[in-house]
Amino acid sequence: MTDPTTARIQNDITTNTVMLYMKGNPQFPQCGFSSRVVQILNHLGVQYQSANVLEDPALRDGIKQFSNWPTVPQLYVGGEFIGGCDIVTEMFQSGELETLLKEKAVV
Amino acid sequence: MAMAANEIEDLIRAALPDARITVEDLAGDGDHYAATVTSEAFRGLPRVRQHQLVFQALGGRMGGQLHALALQTAVPDQETA
Repeated sequence: MTDPTTARIQNDITTNTVMLYMKGNPQFPQCGFSSRVVQILNHLGVQYQSANVLEDPALRDGIKQFSNWPTVPQLYVGGEFIGGCDIVTEMFQSGELETLLKEKAVV
Repeated sequence: MAMAANEIEDLIRAALPDARITVEDLAGDGDHYAATVTSEAFRGLPRVRQHQLVFQALGGRMGGQLHALALQTAVPDQETA
């Protein structure tokens, strides 16, 4: 028995190599932390799919449960949870993020 | 609903007794913090797991009572690489 939100998330992260759960959308991020992750992904020129948790309360709670992570944004690459804003920023600065995205052939 | 910096530090230390912890109140409003936590407990763990250990120590306050905590974790000899 999988609830619809869990099923949705599982589908999101398997069909999209780079999947970002955020507040707002890439054009209009509604939180500074989400905005920072969007900027990093755009800077790296990566194709990604995003979901706006502010439009879906079930998703907003569900993604926190799913990842065992208390905050949004949350970035998934190749079906794996990468982290939130701090980890994404750290990995961007060290070059790890670009290496990972190259491995997954999305940049 | 804000938290004091030493409250954050105490909660982390209770879960990770060996940790070296700095907590900085970024905005002076008791609501936006930056913390660095250095502990042996993080050795060999990916960053996500390291951060999860800290969130666990904060017992569900992160994302609720504690609005923003910019977190950096490290193991003792590595510090913030």
